[in-house]
Amino acid sequence: MIGELTYNPKELMVVNASRLLRDRDVVFVGVGIPNLACNLAMRTHAPNLQMIYEAGVIGAQPSRLPLSIGDPSLVTGSLSVCSMYDVFTLYLQRGNVDVGFLGGAQIDQYGNINATVIGDYQHPKVRLPGSGGSMEIAAWANRCYIITPHQKRRFPARVDFHTSIGFLTGGDAREMTGVRGGGPQAVVTNLGLLQPDANGELVLTALHPGVTFEEVQENTGWPLKQSFDCEVTDPPNKEELRILREELDPQGIYI
Amino acid sequence: MSKLISLKDAVRTLIHDGDLLYASGFTHLIPFAAGHEIIRQGLRDLVLARATPDLIYDQMVAAGCARKVIFSYMGNPGVGSLRRVREAIEKGALDWEEYSHFSMISRLQAGASGLPFMPMKQTGAPDLVSHNQKYQRVTDPYTGEEVVVVPPLKPDVAIVHVQRSDAQGNAHVWGILGEQRLAAFAAQRVILTAEEIVDESVIRSDPNRTLIPALVVDAVCQVPYCAHPSYTQGYHDRDNEFYLAWDEISKSETSVRAYLDEWVFNLPDRKAYWEKLGPEVHQRLHAGKRLSQPVNYGDY
Repeated sequence: MIGELTYNPKELMVVNASRLLRDRDVVFVGVGIPNLACNLAMRTHAPNLQMIYEAGVIGAQPSRLPLSIGDPSLVTGSLSVCSMYDVFTLYLQRGNVDVGFLGGAQIDQYGNINATVIGDYQHPKVRLPGSGGSMEIAAWANRCYIITPHQKRRFPARVDFHTSIGFLTGGDAREMTGVRGGGPQAVVTNLGLLQPDANGELVLTALHPGVTFEEVQENTGWPLKQSFDCEVTDPPNKEELRILREELDPQGIYI
Repeated sequence: MSKLISLKDAVRTLIHDGDLLYASGFTHLIPFAAGHEIIRQGLRDLVLARATPDLIYDQMVAAGCARKVIFSYMGNPGVGSLRRVREAIEKGALDWEEYSHFSMISRLQAGASGLPFMPMKQTGAPDLVSHNQKYQRVTDPYTGEEVVVVPPLKPDVAIVHVQRSDAQGNAHVWGILGEQRLAAFAAQRVILTAEEIVDESVIRSDPNRTLIPALVVDAVCQVPYCAHPSYTQGYHDRDNEFYLAWDEISKSETSVRAYLDEWVFNLPDRKAYWEKLGPEVHQRLHAGKRLSQPVNYGDY
């Protein structure tokens, strides 16, 4: 059996992402780790979280952990189901979404994300799935959180392709585009938390227990700054781990 | 007038080589039976449009039906890479045109509404917009702000799977609605496949649930279990095990060829396919029952 204070990197990311959510947030949920983070928050500090899935399901209460974004268990017992055009316009474009979760193959110094291609767009070295909903979620959700393992190849100084934007080149570059959302507020990794400074550059604001700054720097593709008040995160607690392991993902599909 | 014909005849008479095809359904209601029939009939040079090409287009691309794909998320949902489409693109063997989900759906919305374009707010993401010339910018005449616009998508043919339809093509749909309705209204020709064909009185008993009216439908085909390995809400579950298995099958052309031989070319139709899946799979995908409360439309 795994003891109270033993946890794996994925559990660490889920728990820390979950703690960023506030009660009554309206969240645009993705499958996998974001889905676990939302369901964990709902069962702990944010019981009134409202989950919206891009397939057009509002207020889902899935009875099982969905493999895909369009699982039938999301629909049964939900508050509302609408078309995809409605979910992207009435909910997201209109400004009714507080939080979006994003991931990608590359995240750069200014929180821009590449989920499209490695190499040249017309002659791709590695062709990735592409935007899906992320181009609009990154622009129009009030706050965005990025969850990703911390590896150097995933954190280049500049992305090969801007699938969705963070703060572009920093400064007022994002604001100048006229997008309504606040952009990425935190990147949650298995090593710690990166958050944008006043210039939109991602800096280290928290380390997970036992992790050093040097370790994070080694896995980051630009000279990383550390905030003056850089904290150490609280380890996942017993109750969080119990809910994750026993209720949310008992088969260990995602964690 | 009844529009009931077999799926085989619908594909033969309504889909032609080179057509722009939209087989609709966002994760839900994907008309795999129609994709398999297109493969069997050996259609060529199709332009395949879907927000998520999914396994249906992976199989059609592998079978040599397509010259181009139009998409907004090219992955195996919840699993990973969509290997056949991805490899064809990386090799330069398949043309592609790419959007975000919202701009793809906006193109259908314009096509379905008879509009010259659809405006969208800025996303600030510069790269896709600069690579795909279909994206343009115009000035909002009321505020002077710039908006992004996309042109209408007007498929030659849409294939739309539904839970139930009458013989004319008035169709009830529930569960995840995706782009079902827009695809039907945007297309020049529509093939409707249905789990059940019901009397017109059943449709009239719940008109709010009729998302697709007969007036846009050209052919109605009764095809139970049409959507497997995707699903039909209330009829059968999504076959997640197959989506995971496809990740292995699609790793080589040889194993894809063997799959297509066994499950497409060597079978006459969906009925034979469903029987071949066998009772264990049928049991695993059983939908169970959770009925909605009836509503009173009033007797006037």
